[in-house]
Amino acid sequence: MSDYRLKGETGEWEVVIGLEVHAQVSSKAKLFSGAATAFGADPNAQVSLVDAAMPGMLPVINGECVRQAVRTGLALNAAINKQSVFARKNYFYADLPQGYQISQYDQPVVGEGEVEVDLPDGTTKVVGIERLHLEQDAGKSMHDQHPKKSFIDLNRSGVALMEIVSKPDMGSPEEAAAYVSTLRSILRYIGSCDGNMAEGSMRADVNVSVRKPGEALGTRAELKNINSVRFVRQAVEIEALRQIAVIEGGGTVDQETRLFDPSKGETRSMRNKEEAHDYRYFPDPDLLPLEFDDAFVEECRGTLPELPAEKKKRFMESYGLGAYDAAVLVADWEIANYFEEVAKHGDPKQAANWVTVELFGRLNKADKTILESPVSAASLGELLGLMADDTISGKIAKDVFDEMFETGKGAKEIVEAKGLKQITDSGEIEAIVDKVVADNPDQVEKYRGGKTGLIGWFVGQVMKASQGKANPKMVNDLLQKKLDG
Amino acid sequence: MALDKETVAKVAHLARIKVPEDRLDSLAGELDGIVNWVEQLGEVDVEGVAPMTSAVETSLRWREDKVDDGGYPEKVTANAPDAQMNFYTTPKVVE
Amino acid sequence: MSDPLDLTIAEARDALRAKKISAVELTDAYIKAVEAARPLNCYITETAEQARARAEASDKRIADGKAGAMEGIPLGIKDLFCTEGVLTTAGSHILDGFKPPYESTVTRNLFDAGAVMLGKLNLDEFAMGSANLTSHYGPVKNPWKRRDDDKDLVPGGSSGGSAAAVAARACLAATGTDTGGSIRQPAAFTGITGLKPTYGRCSRWGIVAFASSLDQAGPMTRTVRDAAIMLGAMAGFDPKDSTSVDRPVPDYEAALTGDIKGLKVGVPKEYRVDGMPASIDRLWQQGIDWLKQQGAEIVDVSLPHTKYALPAYYIVAPAEASSNLARYDGVRYGLRVEGESLNELYENTRGEGFGEEVKRRVLIGTYVLSAGYYDAYYLKAQKVRSRIAEDFRKAYEQVDVLLTPATPSAAFGIDEEPSDPVQMYLNDVFTVPANLAGLPGISVPAGMDDQGLPLGLQILGRAFDEETVLRAAHALESAAGFTGRPQFRAG
Repeated sequence: MSDYRLKGETGEWEVVIGLEVHAQVSSKAKLFSGAATAFGADPNAQVSLVDAAMPGMLPVINGECVRQAVRTGLALNAAINKQSVFARKNYFYADLPQGYQISQYDQPVVGEGEVEVDLPDGTTKVVGIERLHLEQDAGKSMHDQHPKKSFIDLNRSGVALMEIVSKPDMGSPEEAAAYVSTLRSILRYIGSCDGNMAEGSMRADVNVSVRKPGEALGTRAELKNINSVRFVRQAVEIEALRQIAVIEGGGTVDQETRLFDPSKGETRSMRNKEEAHDYRYFPDPDLLPLEFDDAFVEECRGTLPELPAEKKKRFMESYGLGAYDAAVLVADWEIANYFEEVAKHGDPKQAANWVTVELFGRLNKADKTILESPVSAASLGELLGLMADDTISGKIAKDVFDEMFETGKGAKEIVEAKGLKQITDSGEIEAIVDKVVADNPDQVEKYRGGKTGLIGWFVGQVMKASQGKANPKMVNDLLQKKLDG
Repeated sequence: MALDKETVAKVAHLARIKVPEDRLDSLAGELDGIVNWVEQLGEVDVEGVAPMTSAVETSLRWREDKVDDGGYPEKVTANAPDAQMNFYTTPKVVE
Repeated sequence: MSDPLDLTIAEARDALRAKKISAVELTDAYIKAVEAARPLNCYITETAEQARARAEASDKRIADGKAGAMEGIPLGIKDLFCTEGVLTTAGSHILDGFKPPYESTVTRNLFDAGAVMLGKLNLDEFAMGSANLTSHYGPVKNPWKRRDDDKDLVPGGSSGGSAAAVAARACLAATGTDTGGSIRQPAAFTGITGLKPTYGRCSRWGIVAFASSLDQAGPMTRTVRDAAIMLGAMAGFDPKDSTSVDRPVPDYEAALTGDIKGLKVGVPKEYRVDGMPASIDRLWQQGIDWLKQQGAEIVDVSLPHTKYALPAYYIVAPAEASSNLARYDGVRYGLRVEGESLNELYENTRGEGFGEEVKRRVLIGTYVLSAGYYDAYYLKAQKVRSRIAEDFRKAYEQVDVLLTPATPSAAFGIDEEPSDPVQMYLNDVFTVPANLAGLPGISVPAGMDDQGLPLGLQILGRAFDEETVLRAAHALESAAGFTGRPQFRAG
């Protein structure tokens, strides 16, 4: 358990967190119809007769969604159920045209598993997975189009979701946030979900309860539809503090669904959903049990790429990276690939440093993702190569990188065009050194009188005179020889 | 387990069917009669019997992941009693 | 040539191909008959214009030598099948004005085979009923009357409009659907043939759903041969229905060999129920004798869980219906009764849009699925269903088909509707078990009761063995030589 504690008036409190993450399956068509799933279409333009719940319409399952659910289950080290059942969850709502959602209830396609979560301090934590099941997404209600009416768009209705339910294994806002990040990373690695939380491809329902250390679990509240990792962190903390205040004020926590409002920094009860639910689950008679064999599972397993946890281990072992750097680099599949490409051209640790510090710094400033980086991995590798063979110094390299980032030009091209090539000809450097020594007799005297710290000043002068191009090590060696000799 | 007026009212709300107050009693009587009658199933020994999952012995077919439907908002809203700009409408839902 | 309304499908087909009659002539005769039959209230919607256009197209295809299996045959379509651009009501107020932008697979198949649609036939609301008394469009009258009185009788249900129209010559044949007997029972009440195929044989796509695990479409015709021809055109694999079975459609007509020598016919003792009229008992024995005389071997069999079929059905069917009918909410199609809130819109629309029997079943279904009752009712019923299916499996180890009465009574008066819903449900006692087990069954007119009303015998068969069912039914039909005609005749 986490050592995270919240301080109340009556002492310390533990927080217990479990998450239900809804991840949209990356598929072209919906779970039970041939309508498209792309984001941002015109109202009801991606709605088939099935999705609109026209009389007599029937569902037929999209095999790709099954495949992605099984691959995800395997990536979560989970039990795969070769027979599972689709059930109807019955309730009335404006965005639910059938009056039921096709979901999986007591027989989900994926059972228990576990995932290793990287925490910000470089340690890891194993979070248990309770289950993963396939279900349909609902449509969308819009409330701002008309004074007295809500407008309903069913484009999302029937899109395939994986609901991934964790065990209540998390004990701090950080752990909850890290779990969501790790899950997102895994889904993106295997390509079962694009993880785009801003577009709603991934969202989390967070169950939060508090208790005094060592006591039984408290009553939990469910925070619905949280759509960023940062909000997960905030919502957990705010809700936990609210519950503590309620209990310490002599009240009790209600088991209810709450909405997190990031702009107000509060959670509030969703009054209209308070009505007692009775979902009347039963197996969908329009569908047969979902079945597949071991060969199918193995085929799915065969398509899994190296997963973040394995990659992290490999990065630490074969590149000698520290846990933190490795975790940062593997979190995103594209970044990991970028790094490995860069690392081909130079020292891996240097490559890691350049990616996580120089590149990330510039990307953040420019508000760009790794995929939008103006500098390709090969290009950055080339730059590292120029440093490795002493063509340019590290300092020059940073300037070159700035220009690469701005113009998209290659490292060699810039170095050549600007004549930035390092001077490694000892004769040439010696001439500059001699000139600097000759031009500054006072400083030479001071140095020789014991102020050896002035060596730095001499190096600076030489570098300046060489427009930064002189090889710093050679400059250093030559200066020492001249000054000491 | 007698099906009383309150239960009928509760079930009617679950099913979103308006039942006039003066009809609840008679409906409770009718439904109670049906429920009592089906309860004779209690006599059947179903020890170890699996529930029927389908009347047909076949396996679930999977469709290809192909977009071959949709793209006709006018068609899906043509029958709607109050469609506006290709949206369906309901009374305003307060979230 | 004789009256075109008396032709069977087989005869009409031959006459059309021999150019003894044109499809337009045949269709025109039926359009007149449809009008003449209006007092029976069998049609909700008449589509004379489209019928004539289709008939003209049929004549062209016949002339081109491209006639399909149902070319130029004027059919009535139960108003549970969605028909593109044509009002489809399911007999319910809640589907007011609904014109589907799509064609059900079964009607599409029939039209592709050349069939002509005369209109949409009345039915019990959402196919829930056994007397066609629950339709929003009013009851259908049986064209038959008792010898001793002039009371209007029910045609049975839910395919009551289909049955009455076929019997009264207001269409040559009709589609029906059978969830608990809705083809076979009205067929028996009106002296026609009604076949419920194996579950999965005909696509359910585009048929307004009542109970998904039980619903199955089938032909309602005047002869067994016609049922064979029409089933061949209706059936087939449909990738749009996950419960549709991918197996070839045999030539059902070819199965009518007239030879049932050595056929093992089971007689289930549990179908001899208390209070069954002597005339039905007699007819059943007569049926046994007819088949025996043609060389069949009669075997006494037992289906021990028969008595539990009805109560199991009245859990499973309403449960599925309660969910299937949730989509009628006033938002996307049909009736909308406004309300201040979303819930009010739902409750007003559904309160006004559904009739009493539909409400009853939706409420029962909601109740048996609700928290705390699922195991005791729905799960239990599905287990009992397994028992019933097992009974049949065991029986079919001994026999090829089963012979039973189709209904426990003849048609009753419209004003004789039992006030107790359970009494009404008992009408389906002989037909429901086949739905629960997904098996094929056919009702064949075989005799009359003391009042001169038609009675049917039922042949049940193995899954996907419609051929043997039809062969046995054909033998029964030949021996029975049923020639009775209803008092009311269109045109």
